[in-house]
Amino acid sequence: MTTTSGTGDRLSPSLRTEALEQLLTERGLIDPKTMDGIITTYETNVGPLNGAKVVAKAWTDPEYRRRLLEDGTAAIRELGFSGAQGEHIVVVENTATTHHVVVCTLCSCYPWPVLGLPPSWYKDPAYRSRVVKEPRTVLSEMGLDLGDGVRITVHDSTAEVRWLVLPERPAGTEHLSEEELVPLVTRDAMVGVAKVAAP
Amino acid sequence: MSAPLDIEGPAAPPRSNGELVFAEPWESRAFGMAVSLYEAGAFTWPEFQAALVARIAAWESTAAPDEPYEYYRLWLAALEDVLTGLCAVTTEEVAARAETLARRPPGHDHSDDHAHPHPHEHPHPH
Repeated sequence: MTTTSGTGDRLSPSLRTEALEQLLTERGLIDPKTMDGIITTYETNVGPLNGAKVVAKAWTDPEYRRRLLEDGTAAIRELGFSGAQGEHIVVVENTATTHHVVVCTLCSCYPWPVLGLPPSWYKDPAYRSRVVKEPRTVLSEMGLDLGDGVRITVHDSTAEVRWLVLPERPAGTEHLSEEELVPLVTRDAMVGVAKVAAP
Repeated sequence: MSAPLDIEGPAAPPRSNGELVFAEPWESRAFGMAVSLYEAGAFTWPEFQAALVARIAAWESTAAPDEPYEYYRLWLAALEDVLTGLCAVTTEEVAARAETLARRPPGHDHSDDHAHPHPHEHPHPH
């Protein structure tokens, strides 16, 4: 662990965090209550369910799907989802022949308003470095075997853009309503490391 | 080739939003602090992101092969980098305060202290 002072190493990150929070609170730069609200929001309210609602709507409403692929941020905001890390969301559509998968090679950028905070594998250095170089192998290790005929595009979340994958609607779900489709849509499918399975 | 990916349960359903997003309470405080400061306009997200990218890159170039990747440690370090760059705090101040906190007796009562690293139940009268 890199520290900028000689005393840092035996101080746990827990103590440093507490110290920082105290100092910033004393200086009026943060309000612990505001922090509590932000933490609660991301721990309990904002998660992949939001993205699943977006996907299910796009599957059942062609006009919404068109808007979503044209301007992801605006179409997602229509459903009430916006906020930090959602300022510029681009949606890409997976099909039988084209597969999109998302990574952030430099850190762990992620579309928070629709997926919540990223899972640990998304932040892992192995995923971040390998999925760009050998996406087919990494996806296969994660349980997604794509045929050689499927073209894979890896999207790196650089700059402001956050990517959301619109998964392929599974065969055999034609009779399901938007509400019935929502629970089928997984976080992993919206990152592009899995497909959505029919129930 | 490399360590196997830490794949979470593929069955993890999207509506289980109670999924553990923070491994330890301090991680949630470090996260909340950065987002709170960003929302208050203390810094822009690209500024914080650049600091985080630098910390991650530094870790990846120096870490031993078996060293665990601790994302929120780097997040915290990046936050300190940005805040010291803004002269909001100094590294020495943070270290000195953390030293003081480390000397608290076990089972300390910090009811008058807003800044402990777990979510708190007591009300904040204003």
